[in-house]
Amino acid sequence: MRYTQLTDAQVKQMLATIGVTSIDELFKTIPPQLRLEGPLRLHPALSEPALLEDVRSLAARNNDCGKLVCFLGGGAYDHFIPTVVDALAGQTEFVTAYTPYQAEASQGVLQAFYEFQTMVCEVTGMQVANASLYEGASAVAEAVMMATTITGRKRILLSEGLHPDTVRVLRTYGLERGIEYAGVPLADGGLDVGELRARLDKTVGGVVIPSPNFFGCVERLDRIIPVLHEAKVLAIVVADPLAAGMFKTPGAFGADIVVGEGQGLGIPLGYGGPYLGIMATREEHLRKMPGRVVGMTTDREGRRSFCLALQTREQHIKREKATSNVCTNQGLMAMRAAIYLAALGREGLKTVATQCFDKAHYAAEAIAALKGYSLCFSAPFFKEFTVQTDRGVDHVLSECRRRGILGGIPMRRLDERYEDCFLVAVTEKRTRAEINSLVAAFEAA
Amino acid sequence: MDPVFLGNVDASFMSQIPKTQQQDYPVLFEMGAPGLTAVALPESGVRAADRRRHVPAELLAEQLPALPEVGELDLVRHYKRLSHKCFSVDENFYPLGSCTMKYNPRINERVAAMPEFTEVHPYQEDADVQGLLEMLYWLRCDLAEIAGLAEVTLQPAAGAHGEMTGLMIINAYHRSRGENRRQVLAPESAHGTNPASCTICGCTQISVKGKPNGRVDLDDLRAKVNRDTAALMLTNPNTVGIFDEQVADIARILHAQGTQFYMDGANMNAILGITQPGRFGVDVMHYNTHKTFSTPHGGGGPGAGPVAVAEHLRPFLPVPQVARRCDGSFTWDYDRPHSIGKVRSFYGQIGVLVRAYTYIRALGPDGLRDVAEKAVLNANYLAARVKHRYELPFPPPYAHEFIAMPKFGDSGIGDLEVSKRLLDHRIHPPTMSFPIHHCLMIEPTETESLAALDQFVAAMLEIADEAEKDPEMVKTAPHTTSVKRVDEVTASRKPNVRWKPAVR
Repeated sequence: MRYTQLTDAQVKQMLATIGVTSIDELFKTIPPQLRLEGPLRLHPALSEPALLEDVRSLAARNNDCGKLVCFLGGGAYDHFIPTVVDALAGQTEFVTAYTPYQAEASQGVLQAFYEFQTMVCEVTGMQVANASLYEGASAVAEAVMMATTITGRKRILLSEGLHPDTVRVLRTYGLERGIEYAGVPLADGGLDVGELRARLDKTVGGVVIPSPNFFGCVERLDRIIPVLHEAKVLAIVVADPLAAGMFKTPGAFGADIVVGEGQGLGIPLGYGGPYLGIMATREEHLRKMPGRVVGMTTDREGRRSFCLALQTREQHIKREKATSNVCTNQGLMAMRAAIYLAALGREGLKTVATQCFDKAHYAAEAIAALKGYSLCFSAPFFKEFTVQTDRGVDHVLSECRRRGILGGIPMRRLDERYEDCFLVAVTEKRTRAEINSLVAAFEAA
Repeated sequence: MDPVFLGNVDASFMSQIPKTQQQDYPVLFEMGAPGLTAVALPESGVRAADRRRHVPAELLAEQLPALPEVGELDLVRHYKRLSHKCFSVDENFYPLGSCTMKYNPRINERVAAMPEFTEVHPYQEDADVQGLLEMLYWLRCDLAEIAGLAEVTLQPAAGAHGEMTGLMIINAYHRSRGENRRQVLAPESAHGTNPASCTICGCTQISVKGKPNGRVDLDDLRAKVNRDTAALMLTNPNTVGIFDEQVADIARILHAQGTQFYMDGANMNAILGITQPGRFGVDVMHYNTHKTFSTPHGGGGPGAGPVAVAEHLRPFLPVPQVARRCDGSFTWDYDRPHSIGKVRSFYGQIGVLVRAYTYIRALGPDGLRDVAEKAVLNANYLAARVKHRYELPFPPPYAHEFIAMPKFGDSGIGDLEVSKRLLDHRIHPPTMSFPIHHCLMIEPTETESLAALDQFVAAMLEIADEAEKDPEMVKTAPHTTSVKRVDEVTASRKPNVRWKPAVR
């Protein structure tokens, strides 16, 4: 049989050693009336060539972004992934390793996660980071739970520019924990600071501020965070780590918890996963932070070593009193992100961020100059922006698709008020020619 | 060769190693030089946008994050060397109880890396992703069949995430009946994630006693189940490696009070194709694809935790659900008014699920049953071979794992010492001190050869001999790993969780 490697003779020998006559005897504690009468109703086994044929025929029915030109964003971005990321993260010593509980057998992944944590601190501007969470939205949910634990307050304000999936996830988590949410409206794409101020009181534990937000707009964290701190409310910023190549980090403005989707850091689009939740905070909240944390220490002989630190916060020790039920990180995705950031280096990060910015602005300017199109907001943006059109969103996007271009995301996914708007993301990977063809498709629609 | 990561250095050997090779292995931030990068990006090709015009000066960075700056070769060498400092299934045997460290077939990786699966954006139209949607649909159906339950969500990102999702579904069900049940029962031997997931879901966990033979104490269960009990969370086969034959009675006791039966599917490997949780009254269960369906552990993720539910719980599954239209095409169904909502963004750990699909197709129904049979055979074989030197507190036969107690008088050698010494045999230690103190929980999985099992037995017996004749050798292990016993206490007392150039 596939993937098992015992001959009939060996099975016989093993059964004799055990002192039974058949494998069936080993299952005697399963009452006969509970057993399956026949085989599971599944497709029969496929040989390796047949299996490859099966998956190829499925693959052939996907039109991927290698064949299409992708201007879709909304939390998942088509950035360039350097070859070394696949090559190094794909080493099977990493791929098939277990969670590094046994420090002496896991120095490689532990050091890689420690380096990852350091890089996350750098791109968020924070003092400490964990070894990653599942993905961006559940990372925000964990941050919200963390904020309610730190402050003892269960009311959390949400920017109305938050990703719609994140809002759904927050509601799902919040319902069980008795967390109460209220929205803070936007003004011209950015958080309305007056409205925010009016909603702050002693019952509010934290405010979730995406920047850039779902519309692509970069928030005035320099104005928002001081208002929160005056009211002794925690600032939970949802960040794009790549923006640090050009914009000040949330930490530079005094953010308390920074979370975000790390997909842009060398992780393929992958139809939405696996992705990477990043989380960083101030040193004082380290023990309240959920998730795996790797620490540097020494071995018996004084040599530099790494191990999982602060495990007493975690479920396998603390059980119901744990900071979270999360009992893993996104190991390989954190590895990819670390390799990606290390490969870029400071200058590479700057280049990626600058090109995203320049290309997005080049595209936005050209689109805004077309008849029937305008930019929805004048707030600053990084690599994504919202376009309003009177030509019909579906009509415009299907014209793009006809030309092999994924032109944008209809904004009615977020809110019916944005029926005539769509979201366009332009990464460093898009070329001038591709942007020009997007603009041409819009013009022709 | 660099002894710092090849190990096997005793004091006398150490003196022969050049000084340059005795230093700590560097972190990335100590390598390279300012200005280096390992990536060649093209020229932008568009004019630079005027930053000052578009962005308030207060928001623009004055300095760049202090990322490592290394060239490509040094980057490659760094991660190559780190990879040598890891145990992995590809190189080592992992008899790690309840973690099911089976072989991760190469073809899974090959399929998951196909660009038609990796380069798909989650907001592409359904028409552009029919192949992937179909794959997910069949995976959903196959997982329901394997569980003997009605429907499966693929959304949860990990086993613990699946537990949380399952409990939320149960809570939603009770709420839909006008009930607010906030107690969840679980045996003392439950995985730590069970109580932690209860807390996330606003529930209180109450322990149910176990009997000396490893089964649930039904009298204690009856005494504790009432109309406030939302669910019982049970791992079956349980964490001591025993299939609890009372399981149908357990379900009856629960259902009489309207309590839901949640099964932690961590140990599904032992019953694949033999029985189905749906047959013994389970209402909800989660899978760990990285255990049962051979998706890699990746040094701690990504996994996936699909959740299977019985008919009456279908309305509460997360949105969206992959669905098949009447015309045979596939889509995402968001029209589920009673759904608990979403537990993560988009649809799930797709790349992981692609691997699980590939595995199930490779094995088929007979292959999956073979998995369970060989997993159980291997575990019972190991138990039979080590029982003369290690105490087995529970009676055989075992499912896919068993508990062994190292008892070597007053030698000071227990589960930790045996585990660390196993590292010198290039074997990853079993799970330690769970579910009972000072035990070893041993799960060989079905993919190991008889030779590998025998090597493990030989190692365990040799360590037992050493415990009597040369206890120091065991107590000071490991001796051959890249570092010696690591000081975990200091790591938690004075945490250093990020590199700072001045700190050494």
